[in-house]
Amino acid sequence: MTRPPRRPEPVQVVKERRDAALRALVEGVPYIGFLGIRFDRRGDELTAILPFDEKLIGNPLLPALHGGVTAAFLEVAAIIELAWTLLWEEMERGRIDPAAPDMLRALRLPRTIDLTVDYLRPGLPRDAYARARVNRSGRRYASVHVEAWQDNRARLFAQGTGHFLMPDPG
Amino acid sequence: MDDDRGATIRAAMEQMPHARALSMRIEAIGGGAASISMPWEACLVGDPATGVIHGGAVSALMDTCAGAAVMTVPGAVGTATLDLRIDYMRPATPGQRIRARAVCYHVTRHVAFVRATATDDDEGRPVAAATGAFTVERGPAPTPEATP
Repeated sequence: MTRPPRRPEPVQVVKERRDAALRALVEGVPYIGFLGIRFDRRGDELTAILPFDEKLIGNPLLPALHGGVTAAFLEVAAIIELAWTLLWEEMERGRIDPAAPDMLRALRLPRTIDLTVDYLRPGLPRDAYARARVNRSGRRYASVHVEAWQDNRARLFAQGTGHFLMPDPG
Repeated sequence: MDDDRGATIRAAMEQMPHARALSMRIEAIGGGAASISMPWEACLVGDPATGVIHGGAVSALMDTCAGAAVMTVPGAVGTATLDLRIDYMRPATPGQRIRARAVCYHVTRHVAFVRATATDDDEGRPVAAATGAFTVERGPAPTPEATP
């Protein structure tokens, strides 16, 4: 016996669900708020945005972004991308309902094993952007590459690779 | 030889907005090494379920500490991070101060190679370790024929 074809969900409903999931993921981490990092979403693609702020300065003479801020920005972008990839799959399969806050709290973040940062040029006193790519995601370990730029997408100011320990399932 | 340069670097760090934002404090400085600490703060938490501080804040501390160590190198007037690798060995215990120690283990004319570790109150078990390469910007050359 065949069921009548299901009507696709209204686009607004889908968007709202995905945005709620991303918000819950990002807003749960106080340090992301401390640095002021936001995430822009296009479908499943995320861009991390670090709006410039005086407190992010490391060298007040140049001035330039603190190298530690750059490292932190790359790490946040990488870990959220990885967590988002896991969350996205669960969400699309209907196994997680972001409307139920307990479900999201149950989704633990991956833990950073190591991070290598390549500083290509000084971070200027303006907004920075980053996109991460999960190069390998296994049951236990993941490797993520991340690129950061400011005015010009082709002129990276930093890039990095990190290894992460996946959260225990269930 | 700690004293003069140490005081200058201390003053410079007090002007560094991000070091202030993290309430960093220089514990010791001089001779190609530095030790800087930072308190645990709720706003730096990376994992709300455990209260463990975010790795990024630990990276910022180690980067600052490594940079300060480079600044103690005779003739160095500035530095920037070229490359930094951080290993996160265990979660830092929530509520405890984190202390980083950095040593320049090799310095050339233009580059300093630095190792750093970070610990909480349990000093025998580091929280994180880092190795990095830093630029060494030097003041005006002492002789006119010196080439960069």
